[in-house]
Amino acid sequence: MATNSGNGGSDRQRVAQQRLRIIAGHLRRPEDGNSAILAAEECKGHVSEKTDASSEGKTVPRRRQEIMKWNGWGYSDSKFLFNKNGQAEFTGKRYRLSGMIIPALKDWFEGTFGANVHHKSPATPIVTSSAVQPPNLNEAFVEALKSTGIPFSIDAEDRLFRGHGHCLNEIFALREGKVGRVPDLVVWPNCHDDVLKIVELACKHNVCLIPYGGGTSVSSALECPPEETRSIVSLDTSQMNRILWIDEKNLTAHVEAGIVGQDLERLLNESGYCTGHEPDSMEFSSLGGWVSTRASGMKKNVYGNIEDLVIHIKMVTPKGVIEKSCQGPRLSTGPDVHHFILGSEGTLGVVTEVTMKIRPLPEYQKYGSVVFPNFEMGVACLREVARQRCAPASIRLMDNTQFKFGHALKPQVSSLFTSFLDGLKTFYITKFKGFDPNRLCVATLLFEGGREKVLQHEKQVYDIAAKFGGLAAGEDNGQRGYMLTFVIAYLRDLGMDYYVIAESFETSVPWDRVLDICRNVKARIVYECKDKGVQFAPLSSCRVTQTYDSGACVYFYFAFNYRGLSDPVHTFEQVEHAAREEILANGGSLSHHHGVGKLRKKWMRDTVSTVGLGMLKSVKDYVDPDNIFGNRNLL
Amino acid sequence: MTNTYRDWGGAGLRGDDEEFVDMMEELRRSGDLGHSLRTFSPRPYEGERATSVSAGDLNKAVLESQYLRYIAKEIAKETGQSVEEVREDARGLMEEMSQNLQLGFIRLMGYTLSKVLKRLYTSVNVNMEGLNTLQRAVQGHPVILMPNHRSYMDFLIISYILFTYDIPLPVIAAGIRNAGMKMVGEILRRSGAFFIRRAIGSDKLYWAVLSEYVKTIVRTGIAPLEFYVEGLRSRTLKSQVPKLGMMHMVLEPFFKGEVYDITLVPISISYERVLEESLLAHELLGVPKPKESTTALLKATKVLQEDYGSMHVNFGRPLSVRQLCQGRIDRCRFNLIPRDLPQEPSAEAQACVSWLAHLMVRIQEDGSLISPWSLMACLLLQAPATVLTEEGLPWQQLTNKTLWLRKLALDFGARLNWPGQVPDCDVMSSTVALHRSMVHLKAERLYLVLDQEPARKSPVSPEEGALRVAAPVLMLASYRNQCVHVFARPAMLATAIQVAKTTQRDELFTVFRFLQDVFSHEFIFITEESSQDFEEACLLLKKCGAVHVSQQEVTVSEAGLEVLSFLRALLQPFIDSYQVMFRYLCENGEHVFQEQRVLPAVRNFATKLILSGELHTYEALSSDTQKNVLLALRRLDAVTKSRPSGQNEYRVNKEAVRRIGDMLSGKIPPQMLHTLPDARL
Repeated sequence: MATNSGNGGSDRQRVAQQRLRIIAGHLRRPEDGNSAILAAEECKGHVSEKTDASSEGKTVPRRRQEIMKWNGWGYSDSKFLFNKNGQAEFTGKRYRLSGMIIPALKDWFEGTFGANVHHKSPATPIVTSSAVQPPNLNEAFVEALKSTGIPFSIDAEDRLFRGHGHCLNEIFALREGKVGRVPDLVVWPNCHDDVLKIVELACKHNVCLIPYGGGTSVSSALECPPEETRSIVSLDTSQMNRILWIDEKNLTAHVEAGIVGQDLERLLNESGYCTGHEPDSMEFSSLGGWVSTRASGMKKNVYGNIEDLVIHIKMVTPKGVIEKSCQGPRLSTGPDVHHFILGSEGTLGVVTEVTMKIRPLPEYQKYGSVVFPNFEMGVACLREVARQRCAPASIRLMDNTQFKFGHALKPQVSSLFTSFLDGLKTFYITKFKGFDPNRLCVATLLFEGGREKVLQHEKQVYDIAAKFGGLAAGEDNGQRGYMLTFVIAYLRDLGMDYYVIAESFETSVPWDRVLDICRNVKARIVYECKDKGVQFAPLSSCRVTQTYDSGACVYFYFAFNYRGLSDPVHTFEQVEHAAREEILANGGSLSHHHGVGKLRKKWMRDTVSTVGLGMLKSVKDYVDPDNIFGNRNLL
Repeated sequence: MTNTYRDWGGAGLRGDDEEFVDMMEELRRSGDLGHSLRTFSPRPYEGERATSVSAGDLNKAVLESQYLRYIAKEIAKETGQSVEEVREDARGLMEEMSQNLQLGFIRLMGYTLSKVLKRLYTSVNVNMEGLNTLQRAVQGHPVILMPNHRSYMDFLIISYILFTYDIPLPVIAAGIRNAGMKMVGEILRRSGAFFIRRAIGSDKLYWAVLSEYVKTIVRTGIAPLEFYVEGLRSRTLKSQVPKLGMMHMVLEPFFKGEVYDITLVPISISYERVLEESLLAHELLGVPKPKESTTALLKATKVLQEDYGSMHVNFGRPLSVRQLCQGRIDRCRFNLIPRDLPQEPSAEAQACVSWLAHLMVRIQEDGSLISPWSLMACLLLQAPATVLTEEGLPWQQLTNKTLWLRKLALDFGARLNWPGQVPDCDVMSSTVALHRSMVHLKAERLYLVLDQEPARKSPVSPEEGALRVAAPVLMLASYRNQCVHVFARPAMLATAIQVAKTTQRDELFTVFRFLQDVFSHEFIFITEESSQDFEEACLLLKKCGAVHVSQQEVTVSEAGLEVLSFLRALLQPFIDSYQVMFRYLCENGEHVFQEQRVLPAVRNFATKLILSGELHTYEALSSDTQKNVLLALRRLDAVTKSRPSGQNEYRVNKEAVRRIGDMLSGKIPPQMLHTLPDARL
């Protein structure tokens, strides 16, 4: 067992450290062997003034603005900036990178985008309440809601926070101080029964409900439909965040759907368990959000994707509650009704409680990395690993552009020795092994399980890699790769301070198409940027993030300097649209795990066929004939 | 929104200040040896997979491809052979086919070619602008070089130019007959040629090996690929209806997303005088072509003693297949079936390939340079044969008329190869001097040079006499054909005005389309763009003052009679020849004809008509025209083709043929004809 971390600090400190352990560490077991199982609590929904969220060990308070940015990603205290010396640093204390100087970032940033740290495009510092339109309230509904005692708010800031996700256009607009339609009221149910009441009232008074989980959507799913004339109520599940019970005999846990990933893992870790579900957004995204978008976690090779993890779902719909009657591991009872819920994107109801599989914490974790002479070899290796079904918990392959980007994000090295070693490694790979620094690429690996097995597994994978010219490149490179996952979203905010806008999107594709889709989509982005008048060559990059038997999940990143463009967001949207067309033309899927929302709706019919769309519509028509859940996602 | 020829053609190609550079001048300075030993270090294709692939690697990749494995299994199942046997066959085909490009041989070829070119041509002109864009293009996406094909000289001239200007050398699709020429075959192979059988037909294995070979070249981008979209060398010097098989193979890697884009480079090669001119005419008259053997080539050295004037190689603007295919191809179509498996091309893909192939030929036409001789040939053919053979055409009259035609051609957008610094009369006389094998000037009159009398004692029969005139006339016709595309559309409108005897625009359009259907294999039309063709014809005739065009009407202007009668006369030999063929097919008692027999029979029939004075054009004797008629009739569903015993047979619907003839002569009004979709790939 790994050593404990410092045990003497305040609760708050402890929480922060534990968070770090999960997110950046992935190495240690929790300090205490406390295996106490949380008992199911009574719903305390009526207590309107809850105690401070963080003192309960929960991350997300009702007033998100207390800890989070209103116009950017993540915590208010954590951000990248170029300091007075022109050096990049990352503020705060939460992450491994926090408080560090990143010497190479400035040159990379200026060189890649043709940007300049003296050309700033700062965001509007504060949003004035007057920017938010006054709420369009359904008085009868508000009165009835008051009588239930469930907390709610019509405060402009509260409403603003729930009116958007993290699509580029949404954040860009906020930075410019532009606010579109936002929910008219935010309500915070504390438990399933609260949700029942809210949905009942919404049906009775015909108000539109939009469920809100962690707010990390990148599909315009949280955007209020402009054509909606009814009062819009945002149903924020963040306070439904308890683990109601853990069943150690069957290895399941019953959890309220509003819990965010980091809290779920931390609380389970305290009992010696984990779900192993770790999407990149896990700090902020919620269980209910995962279910309703068909989320995928980076360790799915060991633990499975969300649809493999859930045993039982409870969802409140306008027609009542839908749930199964048992917890059998598999059912042959017609089409799985869970699959109407998984991926329903808030159009049918609110997921309130979920029973999911848990696993004992792994005995041992080990990171790793492999350098390949080029991307083709890397893909061939991943394909072989998938063929032999020996993928580690996570295996990701970055292209050359991302490899260089990763290098630019190396924090200042403290010891001369490390930098000497780095130099030596570079020399070995590029000069001795003859890898072209402009073509090589790197795979990052994460192994998990029993110590012996991990070491054995590691050898197997490295042996395969060697057949494709891969050279083991150390644990550090691997670990840094995964750490970057969590800070990359912060980097977009830095870019936007200097005229650079960026977005990522994903797809899944059969193995034989992986190379073609990567090349073609990247080339399309470059072409479209040029065609649409972008003055500087864009960054267009990709990585393979998941492997399956028959294909892979591919992530694309693109970013460009928008100086000189009259309507950068429109240009950006055109490029993104073209890139998606290119993905579809190359046999890629509309989405692997981000979902459809409103951003990708127009391709749904082609994706699932007219009959398929009709089937989904008929379910919507039955479950929610009055379109109470009116976010207009998906269909 | 899909694009049309008008969006792609011309643009960029039509720069009037186009700079042609004479390569020979440079060569004469640097010397042949210096040229062939020059350092050659082109910047290659920068695609992901262009890690130097050798010819051997290429062959191996093809033979081991998933596609060939699959086909081999299929064939083994069908024929009862073992898979290994089939794969062995495939290996054999691969060996017969594959190129073996070697720089050393290019140098050797370059040395020889330098000598030959200097002897044959006064100048070899290349547009530098086109070469520069090509140089950039080869670094981007796989490049397909698509020259027109008028002479054997085409075959190596492109490689020669690319070698000279430091651009990666192409691999070239060549007809298999060249491979049979002992030494020459091997030299060509090492110069980058790969060999294709002429009639692949239903040989499944051959088709599979070839298409995988071509697709692998495109996918890997190992070298630019050069092929003739017209298929064979044009014996009439007129553009030919493109072949689609090769074009489809080339495009498929784009359709299937295996490459981001493909760059097509149309190349127009124009000869002032073609090496094979007399050979061509005799072939058309049914004197069989000598087998392409090394000795035949040596005998041809006599040909090398003469002057062939200037040559122009015009590299067209590189075109993006991705942009061309926008809205024409749904690449998602290939999402549900593994891309390695053989798949019948969809109707959509066939239409797209056909459109693109036709487009390329049209752009080749646009890029070619019209020589003074070509204009003169148009005029000479409009004079009665007796004038040319007996009385002679007054020189001054021809000069005036040629200058008039030059203006018309320029009005119609042609590019001329008309020397600017020399007085026009000198241009005229030097042109005649260059073509003294066909015409001679005596006492201010121009006469046709008749074919030599056969060395026999017996008196010349009238039929043989006709042939003596026919050969030079067909040669003239070939040179006219070099510029016929410039006038084809307005000429068809001029004919439509005459045939339809109306001024109504929509009625004229119907006749115009009918003419396009009838002459679908004679001139290059893009099927779906006939209304644009019609608009263009109206516009050009209006521009030269021949007609007035309004919303509803096209009316002839007084001043336009000269233009209109020239244009009609230009088309008349074609109409007459078609009518002869129609007549033969209708009047002959049989309903089924064998191809081998029908062509000589029509020739005899036409000869009789010429001798009796009923027919005024010798072009009806051309086997090429006759074949085009059959193809058009097949397309119009008036003739069906079958191969019952390995011989092409045609079954004729006489009534349908007669109706088409009547419509062409204006006896009955044309209507929309039912046309069959374009030929299979």
